[in-house]
Amino acid sequence: MSNTEKVLSVEEREAVKALLFQLADDDFLFSYRASEWLGLAPHIEEDVASSSITQDTMGHSAMYYMLLENLGAGKADDLAHLRPAEERRNSVLTERVNGEGYYMDTPQYDWAYTVVRSYFYTQAKKVKIDSLRNSSYEPLAEVAIKVNMEIYYHLMHWRVWFEQLLSSTEDAKVRMTDAIKLVMADFGDVFSYGDQKEAIERFDIIATEEDLEENWILAITPMFEKLGNDLPVVPKNAERNGRNGEHTRDLVEAIATLSEVYRMDLSASW
Amino acid sequence: MVTTTDLKNDTVLQVLWNVKDPEIDTVSIVDLGMVEKIEAENNHVTVTLLPTFLGCPALEIIRENTRKAVQGIPGVAEVTVDFIYSPPWTSDRVTEQGRAGLKEFGIAAPPRHLEEDGSWHVDCPYCDSTYVTMENIFGPTACRSILYCRSCKTPFEAMKPVSTLM
Ligand SMILES: [Zn+2]
Repeated sequence: MSNTEKVLSVEEREAVKALLFQLADDDFLFSYRASEWLGLAPHIEEDVASSSITQDTMGHSAMYYMLLENLGAGKADDLAHLRPAEERRNSVLTERVNGEGYYMDTPQYDWAYTVVRSYFYTQAKKVKIDSLRNSSYEPLAEVAIKVNMEIYYHLMHWRVWFEQLLSSTEDAKVRMTDAIKLVMADFGDVFSYGDQKEAIERFDIIATEEDLEENWILAITPMFEKLGNDLPVVPKNAERNGRNGEHTRDLVEAIATLSEVYRMDLSASW
Repeated sequence: MVTTTDLKNDTVLQVLWNVKDPEIDTVSIVDLGMVEKIEAENNHVTVTLLPTFLGCPALEIIRENTRKAVQGIPGVAEVTVDFIYSPPWTSDRVTEQGRAGLKEFGIAAPPRHLEEDGSWHVDCPYCDSTYVTMENIFGPTACRSILYCRSCKTPFEAMKPVSTLM
């Protein structure tokens, strides 16, 4: 990393770490849920595409965990695998299951839900990354510039699915409209910094919650105008705020599954 | 690429030409534009690389192959291989020789121009036809897309354009 890195005050360092945990856990859980679609996507080309997006996204979370490791928060792999649900800072939206069933069993995953979640989440990520490119914390700004180039293709991909399914059959429209409701019910903590709001916003590490939300609405408006659908409304207060460690049963189960192999031999080199 | 003015750097660069992309054996990491810096201090060599894509699983293999290659130079005692993110790797860093190596492997070189809507065009690496269609922007690896040539009826891959303008 850059040699000219400035020395952070204790408060600033803690604020950077708080934000990094939110960014890292978001991408980690989002890509974990996406990886459960492997072999189950609607068609083979989509399987290739979503696997590629998932791999990129897992790479982004690994970068954030690495930045945390560099700040003395612990080993990146441990941070990803070993922290229990109550220590996680991801949005509740990213931890939700893909639908009924278990992927090893007979999953009845909901593609409409995945399309809506992926489009809305990736657009939210884009808005955050645009802000992080100018972050006061230089190592994070550098990573953001790199991430930005990769999510360009992700966003394009989910926009196409979203638009096509919402301009398709009545059945597709009904499913998509239901999915939008489900996704938006969990959107209350996506732009929230939880109890770290004051600390994170003070040091210009990233834009304010309000600015991010406004930019997200601006970014999706043309799509909704084109489709003639009502703009979604971000809930004012999240029922559960993942940024404060408030999570669902889905997260507890996800962590148990994703860390199973890692826990088998903590000294193994992967 | 930045190198300090030390005779040793030429020697290091020479061996790095032999470190290939683990999945494309016709292209070296130098031709991919991944080598940002070579520094030699006494007998300690530091090679600084730029990752193409952050989630690329080949990065650790490249790191290890780079380390081994440089370690093999007589007189080199210690080798450090670092990945940095600034400047970001962009597809215009691929050299002319790299573009030729990709084509030889059956992969179209990354296009130099993007249309205003973000779309792009490459020619078929087999028959040079311009009559191709995009099958999947996401290919078998993070850096490649899948296309189809309507002239010679062959599916092929292209290296995705990646730019800071995106
Ligand atoms: Zn052809």
